[in-house]
Amino acid sequence: MINKKVDNISDALKGVSDNMTFMFGGFGLSGIPENAIADLVKRNIKGLTCISNNAGVDDFGLGLLLHQKQIKKMVSSYVGENDEFERQMLSGELDVELIPQGTLAERCRAAQAGFPAIYTPAGYGTEVAEGKETREFDGKMYVLEHAFKADFAFVKAWKGDAAGNLIFKGTARNFNPVMCGAAKITVAEVEELVPVGELDPNQIHIPGIFVQRIFQGEMYEKRIEQLTVRQKA
Amino acid sequence: MLDKNGIAKRIAKEVQDGYYVNLGIGIPTLVANYVRDDIEVEFQSENGVLGMGPFPFEGEEDADIINAGKQTITTLPGASFFDSAMSFAMIRGQHVDLTILGAMEVSENGDIANWKIPGKMVKGMGGAMDLVASAENIIVAMMHTNRAGESKLLKNCSLPLTGVGCVKKIVTNMAVIEVTSKGFKLLERAPGVSVDDIKNATEGALIIEGDIPEMKL
Repeated sequence: MINKKVDNISDALKGVSDNMTFMFGGFGLSGIPENAIADLVKRNIKGLTCISNNAGVDDFGLGLLLHQKQIKKMVSSYVGENDEFERQMLSGELDVELIPQGTLAERCRAAQAGFPAIYTPAGYGTEVAEGKETREFDGKMYVLEHAFKADFAFVKAWKGDAAGNLIFKGTARNFNPVMCGAAKITVAEVEELVPVGELDPNQIHIPGIFVQRIFQGEMYEKRIEQLTVRQKA
Repeated sequence: MLDKNGIAKRIAKEVQDGYYVNLGIGIPTLVANYVRDDIEVEFQSENGVLGMGPFPFEGEEDADIINAGKQTITTLPGASFFDSAMSFAMIRGQHVDLTILGAMEVSENGDIANWKIPGKMVKGMGGAMDLVASAENIIVAMMHTNRAGESKLLKNCSLPLTGVGCVKKIVTNMAVIEVTSKGFKLLERAPGVSVDDIKNATEGALIIEGDIPEMKL
């Protein structure tokens, strides 16, 4: 067993510095690496490029990094629900690249899987395709989209072990698996770090080979963005 | 004239037994309430769930189980979770049978604009561009005119596009319209709406052949 477990969050984030490019798992606030974000806030490093489907809300998730003006550029598919984001975007302090959600996922996966680029039909004929190479396959047009290049990927899983194996829960899985191994260093935080051998190899979503560092998060708020319930009849 | 629930009710009749369906935010979400209960349909949400159920009862919500609108949901027996790449493989790979989404504008050749208004805060396209670029069967659910009373069924879209030549059918508060190579073809009228009303509210070419029946809801 190759050990990926680090003793504390400080070791987990060792090497992060100004002007780096980071990937963050999560969809809305579900499945975000809460502990890594909290530590990045503490370190207050600046000039970051963040690849993440969303940008958090004003006081949680990546919104915490925005609040301290640590982010130079966001690469996302949807960035609503965040007033500070809007302010920084409109004032020109923050650079924003909006890309289709499936393309975002596939540019991560391409980086993970060793593809330099992929062709996708998404965005053809729209401003997303402007300046990009296009090509026809079997009568349909596609846009060439390049694999991301990132320094760190911060992902969050439900359970993991010291070998770096990960299991996700529910829709908190989202972008986390496709970001594992898509950056130079993948840092996984888990709700529960279990002894090696306890996870059934049949049930593992991401094998430890894609993960360089793993730790158990100190606590998880797991905030719900849009609590929606029905009444009992 | 239909309200939003009426539009959803009419679109629900397009949902067939054995369909995997992706519902967009807004009117499309309401469609799930009106699908016949004697057919088997599974709803996909692009954040990574197939087999979505109703909203949870109070106190039973789970932060790890949400839909693409970030609302708490439940799952039905037979449901599955997956990552974002696999989710869009279902969509891009045309495994999802029907996509229902809202729009700001649709043009007579099937272009759709629904993500950006120049000069306003742009929130992003989310999964809309992937959905419209790939789905074989796309139904747009929208009001026939905007708040200013202007037609949303145009010769050419004026807003930045989400996708080109992709919309197959449009259900509005006034009509059911098929997008053909020659333009918008009027299929059905909403209750109490005349063909002339629809003509006046449609900027793009409107093809009217024979008697246009009233929608059955």
